Amino acid sequence: MEGSTAEQPLFALRGAMKRFGAVQALRGLDFEVREGEVLALVGDNGAGKSTLVKAIAGIYQPDEGDYYWKGQKVSITGPQDATALGIATVYQDLALCDNLDVVSNLFLGSERFSGGPQHLLRVLDETAMEHESHQLLDQLAVSIPSVRTEVGTLSGGQRQQVAVARSLLGNPKMVMLDEPTAALGVAQTAQVLQLIKRLKERGLSVIVISHNMADVFEVADRIFVMRLGGENGIYDAKDTDRDEVIAAITGSKIKDAA
Amino acid sequence: MSGSAGPLPGGVTAEQPVVNNNRPNVIKRVLQGDLPSVRVLAVLALIWIIFYSQNDRFLSATNLTNLLLQITAVGLISVGVVYVLLLGEVDLSVGAVSGLAAAVMAVLNVKHGVNPYLAIAAGILTGTVIGIFQGGLAVYFSIPPFVITLAGLLAWQGALLAVLGNEGTVNIDNDVITGLANTFFSATVGWVIAVVIVGAYAGIAMWGYRQRVAAQLHDQRLQPVILRIAILAVITFGAMIILNNDRGLPLGVLILLGFVVGMEFLLVRTAFGRKVYAIGGNIEAARRAGINTHIVRTAVFAIASSMAAIGGIMGASRLFAVNQSSGGSDLLLLAIAGPVIAGTSLYGGRGTVWSALLGALVIGSISNGMDLLAYESSVKYMVTGAVLLIAVIIDAVARRQRQVQGRV
Repeated sequence: MEGSTAEQPLFALRGAMKRFGAVQALRGLDFEVREGEVLALVGDNGAGKSTLVKAIAGIYQPDEGDYYWKGQKVSITGPQDATALGIATVYQDLALCDNLDVVSNLFLGSERFSGGPQHLLRVLDETAMEHESHQLLDQLAVSIPSVRTEVGTLSGGQRQQVAVARSLLGNPKMVMLDEPTAALGVAQTAQVLQLIKRLKERGLSVIVISHNMADVFEVADRIFVMRLGGENGIYDAKDTDRDEVIAAITGSKIKDAA
Repeated sequence: MSGSAGPLPGGVTAEQPVVNNNRPNVIKRVLQGDLPSVRVLAVLALIWIIFYSQNDRFLSATNLTNLLLQITAVGLISVGVVYVLLLGEVDLSVGAVSGLAAAVMAVLNVKHGVNPYLAIAAGILTGTVIGIFQGGLAVYFSIPPFVITLAGLLAWQGALLAVLGNEGTVNIDNDVITGLANTFFSATVGWVIAVVIVGAYAGIAMWGYRQRVAAQLHDQRLQPVILRIAILAVITFGAMIILNNDRGLPLGVLILLGFVVGMEFLLVRTAFGRKVYAIGGNIEAARRAGINTHIVRTAVFAIASSMAAIGGIMGASRLFAVNQSSGGSDLLLLAIAGPVIAGTSLYGGRGTVWSALLGALVIGSISNGMDLLAYESSVKYMVTGAVLLIAVIIDAVARRQRQVQGRV
């Protein structure tokens, strides 16, 4: 596996503060993602995970805080800035169109067009899109009946995999997955976890938000615990165990002030 | 932007993705509520057999030609309605808009002596502007289009009366305008057109097939392509034999077919059509995919009103007149009922432009056949209503079936 830990992080958000009325959702949080790692983001409900993800994805602007991409200070003021940097987000509700087939969903909003005079009409190049879909899904070893099946007919795990594959079309460097296994059965969860490992093998950084400790320990290199809008411990998955992480999540173990 | 990143490092030996090209068999899919076009063709065949058994003139060349002439106006309006239905919306103003557009054209040409082509263009433009106005209001103020177009239904009927003035009727005598619905091609020209249609389809289908083979896609079967070409050829040449037994191929039918094919192409083969389907399927997903849903939805209402205007002009051409009841009566309801009967879902996201043609054929056949058997209007309306009701129930059941199978 690549990614020597001494290098500067791929992405960092430092000193993030975000307040919604009386609620302090982020309290001066420092967050880092290294190149090619799977980082699990865990925390109880209301710990600020969603706020953090949305701040990274450009949906919320933090009141304070600086973004860094490969050590360079950058600004993210909207989703398109995040996308341009190479950050892709797969939300829990997946945002797929059930009435369209897999190819159409993969390329929705970034369709390939035929060349020549047809280009003026923005005629879809279905052959190219289907070909690319096969390549992409084969590489990720996503198994679906056919790329021309309607997404609505797929299982929850397959839909999750299609949503992840879709996020890869823009060649991102970092993918955020919001509760990718929350609604899945055992076999489908295993498929999605396999897919996360394959993303890592492709050299992508992956942020996985999850409540499921078994999933977290199966795929994560590092575990970032959030509590009450701040960080409450960052663990190497190799050097910790479930009890320690759960203690950090629930607050029975508080991080040293240092 | 390329989805095809390099091969995976480290020789990933993941389980081989299985691509299964076995389509579920046709009968099963029809029973599950899929393939609405097969269903509606069966219904159409049934209707034709029933009327033919009661009166064998129903399937005569003259009557079938009349049937086609009767459905051109409503079919053209339905083409636009399909787009609105695909969004999961409804446009109640298409009837009134068709009447108003026809009146604008007729008054400009007859009373003001405007060039007929310009008058037709002005009529269509009237529809386009109305559509942009209604769609824009609905989209940008987040008002249900149902309500906006209901207001339009009233307002444009009023505008129709105002445009027609005191007499209430404008008779059209211009050959260009009346020719739209009353021109028939000679047998030879008809055959040339039929051969060109089939040849063009075959060429495009084979070209697409060779592209798929060249790209080494999984589904490389040739038989379905040949089968589709053969079916089209049989239908086209069969229709031509029937039409040539009467007055020949009507220009109006060719116009209707042209719009059906063109608007189907826009829907299925272009980025715009893909956006329409996406919005109808999941508007939030469409928005997150970067689609400007406001513009697309407004454009769809512009298309619906423009097609309504074109249908209204065709209707006026056929009647040689525009009067106060133009675009009124049951035209609106039939224009919406047709695509629904032929399988375009009221819930959005599912349907094709062909359903406009097929639905108009079903409704037109019922109406034509009952006229032939001298049934009262009362019976006609009730039967058409029952057919629509059954179609909507089938749509709802199909949707529930999909939900049971985990498809929404």
